Amino acid sequence: MAWFRRKPQSKPCTPADMPGASPLVRMDGAAKSAIETGRNRIVVAGMLFAIVFVVLAGRLMEVTLLRGNDIAARGVVIAPPPEQVVLDRQSIVDRNGVLLATNLRTASLFAEPKKILNPDEAAARLVQELPDLSEAEVRAKLSTGKSFVWLKRNLTPRQHYAVNRLGIPGIGFQSEQRRVYPQGSLAAHVLGFTDVDGKGISGIEQFFDESLRDPARGAESLELTIDTRVQHAMRDELLRAVSDFNAIGAGGMVLDVETGEVIAMVSLPDFDPTNPGDAPKETRFNRVTLGVYEMGSTMKTLNTAMALDSGTVKLSNGYDASRPIQISRFTIRDDHPKNRWLSVPEIFMYSSNIGSAKMALDVGPAGQRAFMDKMGMLRRPVIELPEVGAPLVPRNWKNIETMTIAFGHGLSVTPLQLAVATSAVVNGGVLHPPTLVKRPADLPVPGVQVLSQQTSDIMRRLLHLVVEDGTGKKATVDGYLVGGKTGTSEKVGDRGGYNRKALFNTFIAAFPMNKPRYIVIGSIDEPKGTKATYGYATAGWNAAPAVGRIIARIAPMLGIQPVDEELPEIKQAMFVPIPGKPVPVEKKLAAY
Amino acid sequence: MSVLSRTDTSTVGRWWWTVDRWTIAALAILIGIGGVLTLAASPAVATRIGLTSLHFVLRQVVFLAPAVMIMFAVSLLSPRGIRRLACIVFLGALVLMAMTLIFGMEVKGARRWLSIAGLSLQPSEFVKPTFAVVAAWMFAEAKKTQGFPGRLLSIGLYGLVMGILLKQPDIGMAVVVTAVWFAQFFLAGLPIVLVAGLGVAALGGIAGAYVMFPHVAARIDKFRDPVGHENYQIDRAMEAFASGGLFGRGPGEGAVKSVLPDAHTDFIFAVAGEEYGLLLCLAIVSIFAFIVLRGFARLLEDNDLFVVLAGGGLLTQFGLQAVINIGVNLHLLPTKGMTLPFISYGGSSLLALALGMGMLLGLTRSRPQNGGRT
Repeated sequence: MAWFRRKPQSKPCTPADMPGASPLVRMDGAAKSAIETGRNRIVVAGMLFAIVFVVLAGRLMEVTLLRGNDIAARGVVIAPPPEQVVLDRQSIVDRNGVLLATNLRTASLFAEPKKILNPDEAAARLVQELPDLSEAEVRAKLSTGKSFVWLKRNLTPRQHYAVNRLGIPGIGFQSEQRRVYPQGSLAAHVLGFTDVDGKGISGIEQFFDESLRDPARGAESLELTIDTRVQHAMRDELLRAVSDFNAIGAGGMVLDVETGEVIAMVSLPDFDPTNPGDAPKETRFNRVTLGVYEMGSTMKTLNTAMALDSGTVKLSNGYDASRPIQISRFTIRDDHPKNRWLSVPEIFMYSSNIGSAKMALDVGPAGQRAFMDKMGMLRRPVIELPEVGAPLVPRNWKNIETMTIAFGHGLSVTPLQLAVATSAVVNGGVLHPPTLVKRPADLPVPGVQVLSQQTSDIMRRLLHLVVEDGTGKKATVDGYLVGGKTGTSEKVGDRGGYNRKALFNTFIAAFPMNKPRYIVIGSIDEPKGTKATYGYATAGWNAAPAVGRIIARIAPMLGIQPVDEELPEIKQAMFVPIPGKPVPVEKKLAAY
Repeated sequence: MSVLSRTDTSTVGRWWWTVDRWTIAALAILIGIGGVLTLAASPAVATRIGLTSLHFVLRQVVFLAPAVMIMFAVSLLSPRGIRRLACIVFLGALVLMAMTLIFGMEVKGARRWLSIAGLSLQPSEFVKPTFAVVAAWMFAEAKKTQGFPGRLLSIGLYGLVMGILLKQPDIGMAVVVTAVWFAQFFLAGLPIVLVAGLGVAALGGIAGAYVMFPHVAARIDKFRDPVGHENYQIDRAMEAFASGGLFGRGPGEGAVKSVLPDAHTDFIFAVAGEEYGLLLCLAIVSIFAFIVLRGFARLLEDNDLFVVLAGGGLLTQFGLQAVINIGVNLHLLPTKGMTLPFISYGGSSLLALALGMGMLLGLTRSRPQNGGRT
């Protein structure tokens, strides 16, 4: 600081030192002392400034170096404000947190044709990078002289980079958000999809549209009850069944009988919700919740439970099934007539239409109607999807309707309704409303007792009997004590009346039957007979083995311990006394 | 440096050999750094508020040429010429400043700006340096000419300027003007008792501002208790310095400029810290220190009381403005809108600074015997 140290004395400017100075610069005493004071005080001011600058320099080192380390250690880095941190729409995950739907930021390509210098060259170079665009179309768009045209929405990052690298002036990118479904078509009908503006227009996306778009929810995701692994196993096996039996479609679901949670729900054919427009419109039809079908013999589970629960019949009682029933212009006959008196277990096992109809008649139309209503079969089921079908309930519910409904005709319901009602039959008699949204663990599971524990116990044994020795044998899975019921129904043809060739086959199963945890229902729409099934197309030949394979795959995933079915206590738990016949009964039972 | 011969006696030739070329060099470096930093900081601010990215850069360049010309032209003047110029500009700016109260544009609750031919002008910026020169003249004349009521006139003018500034209100400017005027009074030989008294009065003034102006109170509260208030700008500035470290994140790599509203004006020093690091920041502080201290050193050699007082006032104003701005950036002082001389964006500020430094350069030119005038 040499420039500062110079003392006033080093260059004294007294009049004596300037003898030759003009009189004009002569200073009088007052002025001289004033300049001296001024100089001294300038030194003071300079020192003050010097101190302040040193303080600034010190503070500068502190904030850049010392605090820098602090902040670096804490991992705090300032970031420019991201344009949109919060996604426009919540993500959806499965019960284990696997991502099912989320928003991705994408770039969309636009052009400002006014600024395009050479439309021909620009179009040629763009199409080279984006071969799915038509060069002629792009050229036409670029030559319009408009101020804005879209060229392509939602580019991949690779395309974005490639187009950017072309460096064509007048080409720009608009940042957008796009709904993507990383699991592809896996849970398409559950999730649904959104339109280009990100509005949910089907499935969960539509049902929860408002809350999914609620910015207050921030980064949390909507948790579903679906288990992606189970969903995949079910979809895989149903796809195989559709292809093996040349069917037009299939549907199925896995339901937790204790909570009403839907673990899997598949409807085939399906679509990729990321690009729903790529698949035909009919792929969007949900066969599990929207389609209503006459469920056929699978309804006998409810019919038998109804008769046992109302006390009109006991397990040891039975009905004469030796002759078909004539009622008005219909004849009710058994497909595999025994032509004799059948006990209740035999009626269920052999899937006797005559016995079932007589059982229902004893309860009566009013009692049956009340029971079906109690089991949720007469009202539109409630689940978190907009695509839910209402059952077709007969207007006149007389004896004839009572008899047909007993074996699954005359009342059309969704497979969802049958699964929920059957879960109440096997779980001790409690009807839990089905749900697709994971319930917090601390919330109680809603449920209504609709059957006695005793009825449920008997029904578990009867269902197991069907798989052990009846129509459902092909659904057997070693160690998992599967129980179930087949159902083959003819679909109503275009001109009314049943079409013998167009079947809707269902197998509804529960496992393990000593303490059921899950319901698995699988339906195959219009399966055809094959060489492997000796031309048979009934549920025992297609739906039952498909459901068996599903159970074999999902039981280990769901943590079900296999048991030795030959153990005396298991045999005891599954024992069904059949009057007049030693167990087991006839080995060979044809379909239904 | 030898474009001009020692024997060249033209106006420019004489100017070249008498002016303080070191200070000119330092100012040139400051302007250069300012250009680079405006280029770094202002596009982010401009695009954020919807202007073209080079909006502020271009305007700054537009103001730079006249600023350099003003500085050069003014430094050609003799002390007497400077005094005259200062008086004229001071009176003109005072009138304009009074007009802001009536015709001024209201920006963020204060009327400080006049819109003239599409350019907005802050007259108080021009009052600041010229008042320093006018006040110096009053004080010097009081010593020189017996019976001249210099001090009273100076006090009167100070009161007038203060009245308008507080009416606008522009507390920051008022503080600077007061500090400069007080420094000059001190250099002019104010008795130590009165120095102490006025010091107390100044503190009282700050306390009064705290009580009377809510925005002043809020800022001081924020400074004293940063946790209790949202001190967004300062927090971001601190993070900027920390992330810059010794060498900075590199040109254009800074993030603070895109989050701070005043990144191109009041907080440009933080942008410098983040992108260019401690070294450039220390260089900037050193240049300001160099200009101020070298200026004071040159004044020590001067015999003209008016020159000492005017130069001292101008240097104090220049240095104080830099110290306040840097102090705010470093969280040593409460947030106060104050530009960093020659570095922050701002047209009026740049022209006024050019005028002030032009006058300083003119005053500190070496003169034979430091005399030759009455």
